[in-house]
Amino acid sequence: MSNVQTKTGSPKRRLGDLVFANLTLAAGVLILIALAGVAIFLTVEGAPALGAGSSDLSGHSNFLTYVAPLVFGTLLAAFIALLIALPLSLGVALAVSHFAPRRVAVLIGYVVDLLAAVPSVVYGLWGILVLGPRLIPVYAWLSTHASWIPFFGGTPSNTGRTILTASIVLAIMIIPIITAITREIFSQTPRLNEEAALALGATRWEMVRLAVLPYGRSGIVSAAMLGLGRALGETMAVALVLSASGVVTFHLISSTNPSTIAANIALTFADASGVQRNALIASGLVLFLITFIVHFSARAIVARSEPGSK
Amino acid sequence: MTDLDTAPHTAVALRGGHLPRYAPAIAGIVAIAAGALIGITVHWNLAGIAILAALLYIVGLTIWSRLVENARRATDRLVTALVWVALSLAFIPLFSLLYETVSKGAGAINGKFLTWTMRNVIDAPGGIYHAIVGTLLITLAATVIAVPVGLLSAIYLVEYGGPSRLARWIRFLVDVMTGIPSIVAGLFAYALFSLIIGPGTQFGIGGGVALSLLMIPIVVRSTEEMLKLVPHDLREASYALGVPKWKTIVKVVLPTAMAGIITGVTLAIARVIGETAPLLIICGSTDSLNTNLFHGQMASLPVFIYTSYTQAGANPEILQNMAWGAALVLIVIVMVLNILARVAGRFFAPKTGH
Amino acid sequence: MAKSIDVSDLNIYYGDFLAVENVNMTVTARSVTALIGPSGCGKSTFLRTLNRMHEVIPGARVQGKVLVDGQSLYDPQVDPVEVRRMVGMVFQRPNPFPTMSIYENVLAGLRLNNKRLSKSDADTVVERSLQGANLWNEVKERLNKPGMSLSGGQQQRLCIARAIAVEPQVLLMDEPCSALDPISTSAVEDLIHELKEQYTIVIVTHNMQQAARVSEDTAFFNLSAAGKPGRLVEMNPTKKIFSVPDEEATEAYISGRFG
Repeated sequence: MSNVQTKTGSPKRRLGDLVFANLTLAAGVLILIALAGVAIFLTVEGAPALGAGSSDLSGHSNFLTYVAPLVFGTLLAAFIALLIALPLSLGVALAVSHFAPRRVAVLIGYVVDLLAAVPSVVYGLWGILVLGPRLIPVYAWLSTHASWIPFFGGTPSNTGRTILTASIVLAIMIIPIITAITREIFSQTPRLNEEAALALGATRWEMVRLAVLPYGRSGIVSAAMLGLGRALGETMAVALVLSASGVVTFHLISSTNPSTIAANIALTFADASGVQRNALIASGLVLFLITFIVHFSARAIVARSEPGSK
Repeated sequence: MTDLDTAPHTAVALRGGHLPRYAPAIAGIVAIAAGALIGITVHWNLAGIAILAALLYIVGLTIWSRLVENARRATDRLVTALVWVALSLAFIPLFSLLYETVSKGAGAINGKFLTWTMRNVIDAPGGIYHAIVGTLLITLAATVIAVPVGLLSAIYLVEYGGPSRLARWIRFLVDVMTGIPSIVAGLFAYALFSLIIGPGTQFGIGGGVALSLLMIPIVVRSTEEMLKLVPHDLREASYALGVPKWKTIVKVVLPTAMAGIITGVTLAIARVIGETAPLLIICGSTDSLNTNLFHGQMASLPVFIYTSYTQAGANPEILQNMAWGAALVLIVIVMVLNILARVAGRFFAPKTGH
Repeated sequence: MAKSIDVSDLNIYYGDFLAVENVNMTVTARSVTALIGPSGCGKSTFLRTLNRMHEVIPGARVQGKVLVDGQSLYDPQVDPVEVRRMVGMVFQRPNPFPTMSIYENVLAGLRLNNKRLSKSDADTVVERSLQGANLWNEVKERLNKPGMSLSGGQQQRLCIARAIAVEPQVLLMDEPCSALDPISTSAVEDLIHELKEQYTIVIVTHNMQQAARVSEDTAFFNLSAAGKPGRLVEMNPTKKIFSVPDEEATEAYISGRFG
């Protein structure tokens, strides 16, 4: 029978609580340390690059002129990818949330998941062996007929390995990310708003324009930013597809292309030595900072527009 | 509802014309036929014909609707058509990719491919056994590191941290971590072990560390969501029985959330198992089997695919075919993990009986 | 084995907010005491201080004394975990553990507290507790089915079985029938009648007929205005409360003029 022992809070049991609570706390703190570690170790190992000379910076006189063209290429490729991916993603998201019948919508959802599950190196392989060659005639045609548009200037690539091809592959890779977030937000549109629009005699598109898109605006922006962040840091697809010469140019289909930070690291790391590796690590730190800023802004937009913060 | 739909529309359509319900289908067929006809006469390839047909469909349906119906309906039709075209455009690459991978990769896969390594194999098809083993070992190491850290952090966030300042910081930094480019994770592991062990250290466990950095935020986020779904009633019921808090978490809260946690962990594994960039930097690549995570370069499937293309040697065909085969194996592994995640979710879900 | 409860000068706070003010009350052993009053008057809050469950909510604290058979619950050396083993609780909504079978649910309190039980002892505890909760005959053929497979009323009786399996001295019930249909409610009320032979029971209820049916004593809680702390207005034998209460406010509440 239960003999009461209220007076003696058994110390053993409290030990269990103490140990477990501190264990979970330690795990949480470890995450903070790991992230601080990323910044610290990259800085420590990247620092020697600041004093490096042109022999270690592939001909550039200092680290800034070394990394600047790479930053340009990274931003260019990612922005073009976003430009292509955003309208397509919105189309897919709207199809899932409002245009397709429910069963088809579920099916589309599975396909989007599939798109997200393909490893990036496979996208790269597909980009260089399948997509690139198919685009050669397109690039040739654009060069002959549309070279007055600055983007299509320069000698057309005869391998298809251009920054535009790389951006198309990047676009395909970030479609699932943007779609996942926007479709979530679109399907959360208050039913009342939608029905109010329909009751006014709106067509489906007018309903989407009046109720769904305004409701999801900040969601679309932050989804685009997250997609951009992914495109900025994506390595393998670009490293495989792009035939980079490290120039700064807006010619998207020419045979000389800018490189990106991530692709440059992947392509040259194995053969680099000494300070060259330090320079690559320092460029990685720059990439980390860029993606950090993009992600931070995306989260800030979401946080600011989150309802119920009263 | 169905009665209304099938009833003659004369009573409902107060004014103006209506396109029949199968109008988009008609427009589609006509557009494809016209596109094919024009395309074949001027010798375009399939992609060209598809683009032409899509354009014809969009323009044709809109004009038809504009003529018979009104401007607003026409805009509606235009947008609907655009949505479906966007959908197809987004999916064409995926189907092409799957088709190419299966058709080119299936031929490469045979018994030897899966059981041999590339050791001393020159200009001949070898095997990817060493890469499969490497991928499994490295991913296992990443999981062993990431799951306890992620799980315990999520428990801290939900059960102990609450709205505290530290918990808010951890949540924010986990968000930041989801955005770390994978190659930066690789550089981090490389820099870390360069400082600890010596410059240029490359080994399997480093890959595990790099991948765990990518896994942890996924595990934390999904576990946090799942723990939040456990009703507060259950915790109270357990406390009221005189069960200490830690035991309530371990024996009541975690089992209740287990299905979702396992799904989340499996999806996290599926996400990182195809990562190439970090492994390229910290694990290197080798042609031989290496089962020691703590010493020497270690091959992995993604890196094998990459190096097979970039260092194809005298006979690029052979290694390219192997790359497609390895890509197929990798995709199958990822798919199986995704399916497992769903099945596990159902299997471990609390049973309601009946 | 049942114990009486003495509450003196009890103030309950959430942070700086005084939720319940200056309660003095004596609960008789082996009887049913009902707590009634309008929503938000603090009766559930008060109930939860009787087994220190309110501490689960961050910022909650009390001043004053709660004695169970002369032992102070809020003595600094007292472990709240031990208190809850002595004072069991049944909640508003039935909450069986979804990962456990009926059998495991009944044993949960013992098993989670590391008590090693032989198979035959465990069987005995399960049968006795389920008998005690009037559920044995309904579930004895399917003890290994999930606890969630039962109906709402059965689930609530399972929760009662789970609570009495750890052999507490006191049983607290927080509106145990508010989520149940009338038939299940009457089954639980019958059970309360039987349980008071062995346990001291304190029950919070919104249903005044229920209070009249099941309890020996009734305590009426009220708050003078929104935002003001709740307080104990009157505590008397149930018969007296429902016929000639001392306070006008009690009379008004019981006759349905407010609340």
